Amino acid sequence: MPDSPAIAHGAPEPAHEEHPSYLRHHFNSVEQQADTAGFAMWLFLVTEVMFFSGLFTAYLIYRNWYYPAFVAGSHQLDVRWGTLNTLVLIVSSFTMAMGVWCAQTGRRRGLVLCLSLTCLLGLGFLGIKTIEYREKIEKHHVPGFHYSLQSFVDPQSEPEVYSEYHDKPLPPDMARHTELYFSLYFLMTGMHAAHMIIGVGILAFMILRARAGAYTSGHSTYVLNFGLYWHFIDIVWIYLFALLYLISRHQ
Amino acid sequence: MSATIVSLPDQSTARIPKVNYLTKENGILSWLLTGDHKRIAILYLISITFFFFIGGALAGLIRLELLTPRADLMATDTYNKVFTMHGVIMIFFFLVPSVPATLGNFLIPMMIGAKDLALPRINLLSWYLYMAGGILAIYTMAVGGVDTGWTFTTPLSTHYVNTNVITTGLAVFVAGFSSIFTGLNFIVTIHKMRAPGMTWFRLPLFVWSHYAASLLMVLGTPVLAIAIVLVALERTIGIGVFDPTKGGDPLLFQHLFWFYSHPAVYIMILPGMGVISETISTFSRKRVFGYTAVAFSSVAIAIFGFFVWAHHMFIMGISNYSVLIFSLLTMLVAVPSAIKIFNWTFTLYKGSITFETPMLYSFGFMGLFTIGGLTGVFLGSSGTDIHLTETYFIVAHFHFVMVGGMLMAFLAGIHFWWPKMTGRMYPEKLSQLAAVVTFIGFIFTFFPQFILGVLGMPRRYASYPPEFQVLNVFSTAGATILGVGYLLPVLYLVWSLKYGAVAGDNPWQATGLEWQTQSPPLTENFAEMPAMDHEAYDYEWLEVQNQKRQKEVNSAG
Repeated sequence: MPDSPAIAHGAPEPAHEEHPSYLRHHFNSVEQQADTAGFAMWLFLVTEVMFFSGLFTAYLIYRNWYYPAFVAGSHQLDVRWGTLNTLVLIVSSFTMAMGVWCAQTGRRRGLVLCLSLTCLLGLGFLGIKTIEYREKIEKHHVPGFHYSLQSFVDPQSEPEVYSEYHDKPLPPDMARHTELYFSLYFLMTGMHAAHMIIGVGILAFMILRARAGAYTSGHSTYVLNFGLYWHFIDIVWIYLFALLYLISRHQ
Repeated sequence: MSATIVSLPDQSTARIPKVNYLTKENGILSWLLTGDHKRIAILYLISITFFFFIGGALAGLIRLELLTPRADLMATDTYNKVFTMHGVIMIFFFLVPSVPATLGNFLIPMMIGAKDLALPRINLLSWYLYMAGGILAIYTMAVGGVDTGWTFTTPLSTHYVNTNVITTGLAVFVAGFSSIFTGLNFIVTIHKMRAPGMTWFRLPLFVWSHYAASLLMVLGTPVLAIAIVLVALERTIGIGVFDPTKGGDPLLFQHLFWFYSHPAVYIMILPGMGVISETISTFSRKRVFGYTAVAFSSVAIAIFGFFVWAHHMFIMGISNYSVLIFSLLTMLVAVPSAIKIFNWTFTLYKGSITFETPMLYSFGFMGLFTIGGLTGVFLGSSGTDIHLTETYFIVAHFHFVMVGGMLMAFLAGIHFWWPKMTGRMYPEKLSQLAAVVTFIGFIFTFFPQFILGVLGMPRRYASYPPEFQVLNVFSTAGATILGVGYLLPVLYLVWSLKYGAVAGDNPWQATGLEWQTQSPPLTENFAEMPAMDHEAYDYEWLEVQNQKRQKEVNSAG
């Protein structure tokens, strides 16, 4: 039945229910297919949570052990860039949600616009992240590559950061553990950025297909599920922002 | 003993159905690009068998080296590489995917009355990931291997050894994603693709146990993945997360690693338990005793399995309180396993037992798994564990569970569903002989290792004091018998592909939906989509069905 399209027969069968082209052969109905894909996506996100959980565990343990080093390390991050990036991602989540709505209501041009905006905002996030990373490289805060403790044993060497936080010099033993903080910083944001890059790639692919009207003819599951993925990355970032940038801001 | 339930069609008229999933399309591409869960299962079966024999050959080298007290067959660091690659290949490329990726892949959609797994392309992707990982592992072996042990223990793996840790890690990482996608596919399929009337408590227990194992794959494997990423980064750029000189802690690696790798033993054993539930019921003609208890015990194993990982770390400097708690939790996980063994035993009680090959393997499983499980309780008690850990007692314990348990179950399953997969029977007497040979070989190989362990012979050394030689010779001799036991099925199963008797739809008179369709099945599995109107393992329903069919034949005649 799925393998015998009507053209094979001389006359179309009127009793035969019509199957939309996007219904895969092993599903009974479009609802079942959409339902299944959604469930699979949620489950995939659970595996993603477990993937990040290893890093969060490491973070929690070492933050408890080396709290002063984590505070000093965190002060080296620029909270303004972080806040801006958080805003960028939240707005991109909004445009993504609008995109899902456009797909479900059959608005092709709206969908292309929303996906393009999301894609641009995603690229913007990555761009800002690059600026931040470059700053770390310049300050020798990349673990493993000429890592320098100067900012932590002699905070006054960096007047900008010092004027804001007035950090006391860390004893050399504790200062060394800032390297662990930056390891986790690069690991967690790097893992997050890898997910962003994949997301932007899929977005570009989706924009091309959306222009051809692939998602606005009743089959919007793909957009919906990608939206779930995008929101998930957004949520991960919000945790990362709080854990990495906002340690002891109240002081 | 001649009693049998095998009922084959009249061989003079019986034919393999012309249209089936094997004949539907031809050519190598129709296999490599297939979305059919049954074809993917066959791809897995072939590749898994290949890796099993590589792992087996390495095991043979280990036993040969241990024939004599001195390290004379190979250099000691070569020995380290051999046992490491044996572990890596057997665990990640045989045991983890063995039953789920072959039998589970083939049977779950058929058992629940679906046309395919929910995500056929993801299923094919899993196989490609598995193969990519496997080829990387072989490549690693070709360029010099790795000698950390399969556990990648830090700081050994990150700082000291100068072998191919990264490529091996990458192989395991990639194979891990294959496992994640398989598990995800199974869970989604079982939730969303069941036929009308197929309620959760009408599912065959095989499906329940795969569901539980899939939960472990989906929740555990990502943690292994990140642990491996951390090891690789530690090794390449020295991020310091596991490095005490930078404030990191190697124990964190142990926690992350065993958080996956303990549940992984249940990933390996649970699907095997599913096979045993099917065979025990079929060959004693009784519904599995306490169906609900057996179903929930699978889930209980999956849940408890996540909270016992630190029992691998009793001697690694975790606190006494952790030891106490994890020891207690380890005892708890023995309970659901015992529930299964007891319920299978009660299923046998007053059943009409016959001794076909799958049943022989199943008996082997029950005996060996019980020994393996009970010695696990010794190891879970911290007092005995401190004496026995890192000795051959551990080696014997997990080989009883993994080889005695899982491999027996795998062979039971392969024999049980072979007629369904290929449409043909294998030679019964020869296969019964193979089952017995495997059992005897197994006992000879691994039982002496319990004694060696208690006497204090440490694992992972190429040489040992001469007083241990007698038991080691026993073990090596047993391994030879075991090797024969594994080689036999390959030979006669391949033989049966062409010369085996035509099996018919339901040679064992089993009740599962997979037996109510032709063998080998159609690509869509069923000619018309089934609806489930009876409980699982309902032999009276089957009886009525058979009588109906008989009447139809008679009236037609």
